[in-house]
Amino acid sequence: MDLLEYQGKQLFARHGVPVPSGLPARSVEEAVAAAEEIGFPCAVKAQVQIGGRGKLGGIKIAHDAEEARQHATAILGMDIRGLKVYEVWIEGASEIASEYYASVVFDRGAKAPLVMLSTKGGMDIEAVAAEDPGAIARLHVDPLLGFQPFHGRRLAYEAGVDTDVVRPVGEMLAKLYAAFVAEEATLVEVNPLIVTPDRQVRALDAKVTLDNNSLFRHPENAELRDLSAEDPQERMAHDRGLTYVKLDGNIGILGNGAGLVMSTLDVVKGAGGEPANFLDAGGGSKSDAIVSAVEVILSDPKVKAVLFNIFGGITRCDEVARGLVEAFEIVKPTVPFVVRLDGTNDEEGRRILADANLPGVYTEATMDEAAAKVVELAR
Amino acid sequence: MSILVDTNTRLVTTGITGSEGTFHTLRNREYGTQVVAGVTPGKGGQNVDGIPVFNTVAEAVDKQGANTAMIFVPPRFAADSILEAEEAGIELIIAITEGIPAHDELRAFQVIRKNGRARLVGPNCPGILSPGKANVGIIPAAFFKEGNVGVVSRSGTLTYQVGNELAQQGFGNSTIVGIGGDPVPGTDFIDVLRLFQDDPETELIVMCGEIGGDAEERAADFIAEHVTKPVVAYIAGFTAPPGKQMGHAGAIVSGSHGTAAAKAAALEARGVQVGRTPTQVAQIAMETLGVR
Repeated sequence: MDLLEYQGKQLFARHGVPVPSGLPARSVEEAVAAAEEIGFPCAVKAQVQIGGRGKLGGIKIAHDAEEARQHATAILGMDIRGLKVYEVWIEGASEIASEYYASVVFDRGAKAPLVMLSTKGGMDIEAVAAEDPGAIARLHVDPLLGFQPFHGRRLAYEAGVDTDVVRPVGEMLAKLYAAFVAEEATLVEVNPLIVTPDRQVRALDAKVTLDNNSLFRHPENAELRDLSAEDPQERMAHDRGLTYVKLDGNIGILGNGAGLVMSTLDVVKGAGGEPANFLDAGGGSKSDAIVSAVEVILSDPKVKAVLFNIFGGITRCDEVARGLVEAFEIVKPTVPFVVRLDGTNDEEGRRILADANLPGVYTEATMDEAAAKVVELAR
Repeated sequence: MSILVDTNTRLVTTGITGSEGTFHTLRNREYGTQVVAGVTPGKGGQNVDGIPVFNTVAEAVDKQGANTAMIFVPPRFAADSILEAEEAGIELIIAITEGIPAHDELRAFQVIRKNGRARLVGPNCPGILSPGKANVGIIPAAFFKEGNVGVVSRSGTLTYQVGNELAQQGFGNSTIVGIGGDPVPGTDFIDVLRLFQDDPETELIVMCGEIGGDAEERAADFIAEHVTKPVVAYIAGFTAPPGKQMGHAGAIVSGSHGTAAAKAAALEARGVQVGRTPTQVAQIAMETLGVR
């Protein structure tokens, strides 16, 4: 789960990471009141998860209440690369002497947390890594030992931060690492980490990704929302316990197992089609899960045809077939379905479909043939 | 020969008394796997269809000589169960459980690496099948027969799809290893490639990757230096958009990292043929080894 900037900053503040003080607002009135409480000049920042918001008009400085009103009016509701702005974050404007970069990430290769620090802050860190890898100091942390004070000093010296801020920067890294562990994040990133003219260090931005699997231990985090990133179909699927990702095409896809569904999307695209979604009905899908899945897929008005691609292991093909028959009774789809069933109880599944003789349902023997058929039907 | 599981496997299932744990343990036994014990705290002394249940893994090791553990407990208890098996001296720990918190996984993995006495496969994996010898996990064994193709995969059902395409071309398998779809797998492609390279029965290796991370790229480097057997690869997720997690916790393209195209290019640059569909993987295998 990716947090919005202000959610990340509030999380940082709980762990003692210095951040500019600020307040979130969902309406112009709230924004003006927040600005007056924070004081001027202040920044009005669009809360959407997109890099380069500032250049796209999503961050503006207000010097008085009237300006705060104008900026909030302009930013709330604006569309930034397809994401609608529902919230702004009002924070005291910061003066900047230096911009650094700091992060803690899950390094899959090393199977350990990786702490990074660079004096090249405020820019795209991937570009820095590509052009000047030596500009980023890196340190893997043994999770059984934890981040020690000397780690912070070592990174700060290696990165070449101004000598008078080696200690506060090192301390900030320690606090970021503590937040990473305590909140069970998979990414904590500060870009830029600023040094002010009076030599204070602050996290001016916050990017935090939390591990969905650990949210049961963090009920307060589980309630955080990003309205701009929520798609109605994805919301509906999430509420029904399905793994669904909305895509741009017109062919609805259902499969069992994430890898097979991804492969199905590729094969459909290879056959000249455009998938409308990724939907993993999961292992051991029972018929009611199939009914829910059909409802979610068809709630996208762009869908012109649907492909079921099932290779039964734990999942039984007869259960899938029964679910489809049930879904036709409940949902009464008007678009054609192509069904490919292989694996556990596949013959029985095909027999159930043949007996039901559902209108507009085609069965195909292989994944390639099924993809070709559904592409033809969606034209 | 085969790798990791075979007729010497003596299996203990943790979480054996749960419905999934019972179902798959009995299926594994039916296949011929030596299932020697189960563990559920508080249910020691009971049995599951004749399989003795113990309160601790240590007892299962002491009394039944278990050497392999299958973890079937719910996510929030799974890391504890993995560590219990490690401390009890189990050599191979196969974690089927999906949804284990990432930081739990990290700690469990670090302990296993530090102590250096056990191997963890998974979590969030379908298990390991050595056809004709042993099946540990949830792979539907009926689709596979003994043979000379080793398969290693991040995804369960995709493995069945690719394995089935291979079977239709007449190929059997030495071992099928599901390493799982989590960001931090206990065993990665390189570990399994090394085992297949040293396994005399395996003549060709099929590797099924997917978007996210750089495990396939690292595997490509390893293959170039250390693997003399032919390797055919498949990567799922060519059409996956960036920033969207495609089901598996580990399957996400972030920025320009982890794309299927980058992985395929890295593999092809090192002489590994990459099938663009599961069907093509089987065709390449056939061209490489000849029709069976």
